[in-house]
Amino acid sequence: MILWVMAGLLFTPLAWAVLTLLTGFRHGRWISWLGIVLQALVSVGLWAFVTRDGGFYYPLGGWQSPLGIELRVDGLAVTFVLLTAVVAGACGWHASLYLDPEKSWHRYFWPLFWFLWAGLNVVWLGDDLFNLYVGLELISLSAVGLVALGGQAGALRAALRYLLAALLGSLFYLLGVALLYGQFGSLSLSGIAGLLESGDVESVPVVIMVLMLFGLAMKTALFPLHKWLPPAHGIAKSPVSALLSALVVKASFYIAARVWLETGHHMGGYALGQLLGALGGAAVIWGSWLAFRQEKLKQVVAYSSVAQIGYLFLLFPLTWNVSETISVQAQQGMTLQVISHALAKSAMFLAAGNLILSVGSNRVDALAGVSRFLPFSLFSFGLAGVSLMGLPPSGGFAAKWLLLQASLASGQWWWLAVLLFGGLLSAAYVFRVYRASFVEKTDVDEFYHPHRSLEVIPMILALLSLGLGLVAEPVLSVMAISFSEGGGL
Amino acid sequence: MTPSLLYAFAGVGLCTIGLYGFVRLAHLLRKLLAFNLIGSGVFLVMVGLAQHHNGPDPVPQALVLTGIVVAIAATALAVVLIRRYFHLSGQTTLAEPARGNDEGASQSGEDRQR
Amino acid sequence: MMSGFKNLLTTVFCLMLAVVLGFAVWSIGAEPSPVNLPGHLSENLEKSGVEHPVTAVLLNFRSYDTLLEIGVLVIAGIAGISMARTSSLEDPELRTSDSLLYALQRWFVPLMLLLAGYLLWAGADRPGGAFQAGAVMASTGVLMRMGGIPMDFLRPGTMLRLGLTLGFSVFLLVALASVWGGEAFLAYPPALAKSLIVVIEGVLTFSIAMVLLALFVSAPINRGVEPEEGERG
Repeated sequence: MILWVMAGLLFTPLAWAVLTLLTGFRHGRWISWLGIVLQALVSVGLWAFVTRDGGFYYPLGGWQSPLGIELRVDGLAVTFVLLTAVVAGACGWHASLYLDPEKSWHRYFWPLFWFLWAGLNVVWLGDDLFNLYVGLELISLSAVGLVALGGQAGALRAALRYLLAALLGSLFYLLGVALLYGQFGSLSLSGIAGLLESGDVESVPVVIMVLMLFGLAMKTALFPLHKWLPPAHGIAKSPVSALLSALVVKASFYIAARVWLETGHHMGGYALGQLLGALGGAAVIWGSWLAFRQEKLKQVVAYSSVAQIGYLFLLFPLTWNVSETISVQAQQGMTLQVISHALAKSAMFLAAGNLILSVGSNRVDALAGVSRFLPFSLFSFGLAGVSLMGLPPSGGFAAKWLLLQASLASGQWWWLAVLLFGGLLSAAYVFRVYRASFVEKTDVDEFYHPHRSLEVIPMILALLSLGLGLVAEPVLSVMAISFSEGGGL
Repeated sequence: MTPSLLYAFAGVGLCTIGLYGFVRLAHLLRKLLAFNLIGSGVFLVMVGLAQHHNGPDPVPQALVLTGIVVAIAATALAVVLIRRYFHLSGQTTLAEPARGNDEGASQSGEDRQR
Repeated sequence: MMSGFKNLLTTVFCLMLAVVLGFAVWSIGAEPSPVNLPGHLSENLEKSGVEHPVTAVLLNFRSYDTLLEIGVLVIAGIAGISMARTSSLEDPELRTSDSLLYALQRWFVPLMLLLAGYLLWAGADRPGGAFQAGAVMASTGVLMRMGGIPMDFLRPGTMLRLGLTLGFSVFLLVALASVWGGEAFLAYPPALAKSLIVVIEGVLTFSIAMVLLALFVSAPINRGVEPEEGERG
């Protein structure tokens, strides 16, 4: 049975990419709806199986590592697979209603969307370092294709900047992998972690970890390597921006987190962890400040992504050379932060798309009067903002609470400033958007009202991110699923 | 010191030269060439270092083949994007053009562009 | 003045990076690696269905990487043709009026196709295989295009998209078929391994060539207008 679930998980997105390439936008829509349902079912099936039987390693082609490629299906992987099913499904559904079927090049949205989903699954389940590189490339090229879809010079400029930054990041990561293979002779992350634990290899040059983390940080748009993100996420179509901010930047972060958690104790260092945390803190402040100053609505949301990504990098100092309980606390906080940010940011981008559609302009000050006539979309935007600010009972609050506890328990009290001020700063730019929309401009409703389903989707996502704090326990229990006895298939 | 280790050092050299070009050159096609140079450097390090330890090793050779195909795909996509960008804007660098007409925000909402 | 300073800064940084990396390479090179992968490989080679170890790695031991990498190629192809001109591909600028080149094609094209076929066949027990053959076929197509031969199958349409995905689809179907047989995803049954690899390599060659050629031919002009959201076109 598990064979079918695994095959479905790996096969469905790739097969759907081929199917939707051969059809137009409208038929692609129907096929993709079916595909989203199928993918959701398979993801839930995987979760059910792992909850019952524990995590396992899945050797592809029947070859065990280090000769073959093994997939690692554990609680964290299942969490991210489920998150992708929810967020990518919502964005795909929104895109099917939002994009104009009359434009012939929109037919290429679906194959790129499905290849993106396939790449994301490759990364969540991956344990082989080179396989993770190929997965990253799958994601980057689909994302660039989606940003550039039929665009004008501005979109192409953003897509090119994104492509060049993504490629440079991948190559630095690959250089680290090359050195790692030279040192260990194996490409399996768990294999290398095992070798380090057993003490077979004494000291590994720290430059390997620096290279890999630098490349992955570049792809995650950590300050000061973030220059490519605001143009790309701001100019792309809203469903694409939602996918990019919610899931694509998390893929490289996921790999960085895995590598750090498995091998950082031996291959990393205190200074490296603190440096990443400091850059994360700088990202929070700098990103929020720039978000406050933007003129265009989607640029506000894009810079907000830069700021929120900064929180993620607090994982590194909080899990280096600390006790097991503190490390687990930090990991749990980070998982909640990723999930709540993915839900909130996708809700924000989809709601922003609706608002721009209604108002006919993408400037913040053009939102005047929206609060009176288009409350639904504005409300979704606001609810998503609540999670970004970290107010209870949202997922953002639960995540920050856990991270605060981890900071205090490990004696690294200086991260408190980042966590507390960050919430204040996000409030600034969310309220700025609200202030613009509350300006009374006219008594007549001259806005275009988008289709009801277009407004419902971001609302659902925003409510999920808001309620995440209430259901944090069950969500975190998925992550904590241990490996089955025996460990292999 | 086997020849393979020399290849690895040559790879390091190529990486740093390519990085310098990538950062300092403004023309998009030259940035792309610099990226390919870095790629070749990484591949040399991968094969050279592994074969220095274990002799002829098919695994990194296969990995490099895969890497070359991925690099070709990325380069080809970049070239298509650059060509279209040049065709639409006349520019060969990523510098922002002088914005003469800032897009007007139509308050009446009559523009229904999607 | 400022750019001279930036040049200096970048040079210093790159030199430092070179030194650090060189030192890392040297220290890694000094100790042996704990895992001997080539040893593992030679033990399992007969079970893989081909004699050449690199082909065995690419198409059997690490076939998942190859499947995904073909996926990356197809993505690049899709993104390229999404910018294709919607009307005719017969762009006069791209065709040469060189009669010598046009005449020489009568000799070059069959020879190059033969070379591609040989490379594909040779991949079983010596360097060669789908990628090399696909690259040679793609360059044959480029030569034909520059020599002024119109190739109808490159017009945007269902035929083009079918051709792009053929190799990838066959590979994917083989991967799924093994699950029917109760094995893991991508596990070839040992008796059929060699024939499956031959089939996969054949269709892969064709698809790789089509993707590369389509990317070369993608004219950069799309007559439609797609402005940024909220802006006038």
